[in-house]
Amino acid sequence: MIKVENLKKAFGPKLAVNGISFSVERGEVLGFLGPNGAGKSTTMRMITGFIPPTEGRVTVGGNDITTDPIAAKRLIGYLPENAPAYSDMTVRGFLNFSAQIRGLSGRERNQAIDRVVELCFLNSVIHQSVDTLSKGYRHRTCFAQSIIHDPDILILDEPTDGLDPNQKHEVRSIIKRMGEKKAIIFSTHILEEVEAVCSRAIIVDRGEIVADGTPDELKKKSPNAGAVVLTVRGAESEGVKERLGQLGTVDTILILDDSDTITVKATPKSAGSQNELASNIADSANQAGWRIEELRTEEGKLDEVFRTITKPDTAKEAAA
Amino acid sequence: MNNGFSNTWAILKRELSGYFSSPVAYVFIVIFLVLIGFFTFSGNLGGFFERDEASLAAFFTWHPWIYLFLVPAVGMRLWSEERRQGTLELLFTMPITAGQAIFGKFLASWLFLILALILTFPIIFTVEYLGDPDFGVIICGYIGSALLAGGYLAISCMTSAITRNQVISFILSVVICLFLILAGFQPVTDMLIQWAPGWLVNVVSSLSVMTHFFSFQRGVIDTRDLIFFLSLIGFSLFTTGVILRSLRTN
Repeated sequence: MIKVENLKKAFGPKLAVNGISFSVERGEVLGFLGPNGAGKSTTMRMITGFIPPTEGRVTVGGNDITTDPIAAKRLIGYLPENAPAYSDMTVRGFLNFSAQIRGLSGRERNQAIDRVVELCFLNSVIHQSVDTLSKGYRHRTCFAQSIIHDPDILILDEPTDGLDPNQKHEVRSIIKRMGEKKAIIFSTHILEEVEAVCSRAIIVDRGEIVADGTPDELKKKSPNAGAVVLTVRGAESEGVKERLGQLGTVDTILILDDSDTITVKATPKSAGSQNELASNIADSANQAGWRIEELRTEEGKLDEVFRTITKPDTAKEAAA
Repeated sequence: MNNGFSNTWAILKRELSGYFSSPVAYVFIVIFLVLIGFFTFSGNLGGFFERDEASLAAFFTWHPWIYLFLVPAVGMRLWSEERRQGTLELLFTMPITAGQAIFGKFLASWLFLILALILTFPIIFTVEYLGDPDFGVIICGYIGSALLAGGYLAISCMTSAITRNQVISFILSVVICLFLILAGFQPVTDMLIQWAPGWLVNVVSSLSVMTHFFSFQRGVIDTRDLIFFLSLIGFSLFTTGVILRSLRTN
């Protein structure tokens, strides 16, 4: 539904987006990750047709966003960063305006408004002026605007920014539910959100895609993925280290905790030995007569992956 | 095409309801009416009674000057507010063209100004009561005044696209409008005549809103005057489009 080919955007001499390509199909929820200033918002603004790309092509539902913007924009619902809304209008007035611009009229329009008001829990503020709303409500009002025409494509720039944990959860479940029938792109800083909602994630850094895959695939790139953590009672830390170090599948042993319980982390020698590692360690611990308190295999964490593949922007810091 | 109209209409309605949902509109209308009444009837300024004639000359003479400050006050927020709030991004990712948005917003403000102008109707009854005025001239005068307001407004619309700061937008448009007044103001023209060649004097003064505005006050609707105001509006709105486009590109 969305096809992005070699997208580039230059602001003066600086390349904010440098050759990004990907596509999103119906039924996919694509998480768009990256450090601040990586080019996430710029990319989204180009996909939605707000800023024209310097190079490259965006097609939305088969319509080129530069040559056929109206047809393309009709298919898109967009929640910009910071959730702007007309502050001199009431929530209902704002939604009514959005529905009208989207070509809804009469009963259809009222039904659409009622639907999004219920979905985004705006009932209590429906007649309130937008500038009196709290941040969470304003955010949801703008979100409601983006789904009022039940678009095939949703583009959400940090949809859970500024919401409290309950609201975050609510918005996530809405996105997940709608993701079954739509093509959704959303950007976020919150990595747990990606695991909870996305069917696929892209990490961008300095305008380029540095990782692209399902959340599980990305997690495997973590340096800790496949490591086994063992906590035992009734042993000496050095003894544990020595005994486990003799196992053929173990690469390194790291002592994490050395008090009345001993916690160690063992990394596998090769990706192939991962599966046996935990059982080898368990057998070895049982033979030694230690009492196992905990034994688990690390799945790898997205934030570790994120930190390893996105470099800190030292150049920028030096300039500042 | 029908769709284009309904988009413009939606923008227009939103903009107009924005005026009346706050006290700004009412404050503006009251100030406008008070000012115009004061300038018209004051013995030293308009001298409505002293003129001793059944015409609205005393009334219309001051319109270019009153509009000079009041119209930019209405137009200054048109795009700067949109930029400040970030709603520009919302507007330009909706399925409408920039032209529809610009025209819809302009039209809403213009209608508002025309409404304020229409509310000066008691002055017509006044001259009608006092004498025997020529209604053709009066209607012409009103049309000219509405076009003048439209011209100023289009300029404010353009300056408001340049900046997200309303004050700067206001000042810029007052300066441009003032230039358009002064280009044909008698003292300025007299000064120019002393050293400039005749054709230059003519070019400068034909740029002025004054010459075109006052030809309406004589009761004639000259196509050249109409074209002047409409092309002033057209040019300014077109430039607004160019500015907004370049904003998004850079």
